[in-house]
Amino acid sequence: MEPGLNDLNEPHSMGTTIIGVTYNGGVVLGADSRTSTGMYVANRASDKISQLTDNVYVCRSGSAADSQVLSDYVRYFLHQHTIQLGQPATVKVAANLVRLISYNNKNMLQTGLIVGGWDKYEGGKIYGIPLGGTIVEQPFAIGGSGSSYLYGFFDQAWKEGMTKEEAEQLVVKAVSLAIARDGASGGVVRTVTINSEGVTRNFYPGDTLPLWHEELPAQNSLLDILSAPSPEPMST
Amino acid sequence: MSSIGTGYDLSVTTFSPDGRVFQIEYAAKAVDNSGTVIGIKCKDGIVLGVEKLITSKMMLPGSNRRIHSVHRHSGMAVAGLAADGRQIVARAKAEATQYDGVYGEAIPLKELAGRVANYVHLCTLYWWLRPFGCGVILGGYDRDGPQLYMIEPSGISYRYFGAAIGKGKQAAKTN
Repeated sequence: MEPGLNDLNEPHSMGTTIIGVTYNGGVVLGADSRTSTGMYVANRASDKISQLTDNVYVCRSGSAADSQVLSDYVRYFLHQHTIQLGQPATVKVAANLVRLISYNNKNMLQTGLIVGGWDKYEGGKIYGIPLGGTIVEQPFAIGGSGSSYLYGFFDQAWKEGMTKEEAEQLVVKAVSLAIARDGASGGVVRTVTINSEGVTRNFYPGDTLPLWHEELPAQNSLLDILSAPSPEPMST
Repeated sequence: MSSIGTGYDLSVTTFSPDGRVFQIEYAAKAVDNSGTVIGIKCKDGIVLGVEKLITSKMMLPGSNRRIHSVHRHSGMAVAGLAADGRQIVARAKAEATQYDGVYGEAIPLKELAGRVANYVHLCTLYWWLRPFGCGVILGGYDRDGPQLYMIEPSGISYRYFGAAIGKGKQAAKTN
């Protein structure tokens, strides 16, 4: 039992699958909900998509503590910046602040983030900020341990100029595919859609997700066989 | 208008009985007596103009630049004491590059004008500093289009669509 007990002292890490996708008019951010300490799932329904401002959100992956503290700092700086500027901050500025902290503390932090949002100058934008603190503006971004299984999928499935519904379906499908293959991702799929009209949060519990190749349907217990009605006697 | 502030005009940290700080007003006079500087905001940009002052025939044309670039998107024209103006421009350049380094985008003009105004005003608060003897017209093009700001030695900054400082300012304004 030793390996199991050691797990409880491991730092909380979000194995994770995170995704950010632009569509015609905004962005859709998506993530799984598993937070693990070693092999133990510390939180099976965590919210990895955090708010930075009214119009900018961030998907967090890697060390749970590092990503939370980083997004707290950025939220604080962005709040001050918004007051000074007199108008909402742009997605680019939010992403740059994340990048600044990530890069300058690269020796101490272990977190990959995807910043996404909508502003009136550039519309919907996604910025990927992986481990070292680079900042890359992309039409879509994927991150976390589960993303390894999605590179080929997105190469084939992503298209320019999707509608909001298409983009959201794409994100949910992708996260659920990653959950199926990555042991460190699981739970529910959460999405956040941001456009000129505002922000919408959605939640897709496990039983609404499709079953992929070789996935077993969920069942409560094999003991259900016992309580099943006895089969009809055969008649000649 | 003769405003003699005998006794109350020796330091920038002294108010007169009628609530004026004479040192700042004298600084403004230094600006009024200098070469004219004009700025105009147009639909698609800013135009800045300065009066060329040739103090000596030996002076090389093209020297004594009074219009400076501050950043990719902004520039400043200075009226008054040229050396003081150089300090203000240096400060504006530093503020603009620092903002770009932190936020990753060009500093909005409103923010830049506010910071320069704060800096100019700072020098009117301490007895061991003298106010800047120059006024500045700051023009630029940011996300909200072309904008024009004027910062006076007192540290006041306003946004204009047309501004003039210096000797010919009244004439320029009537035109």
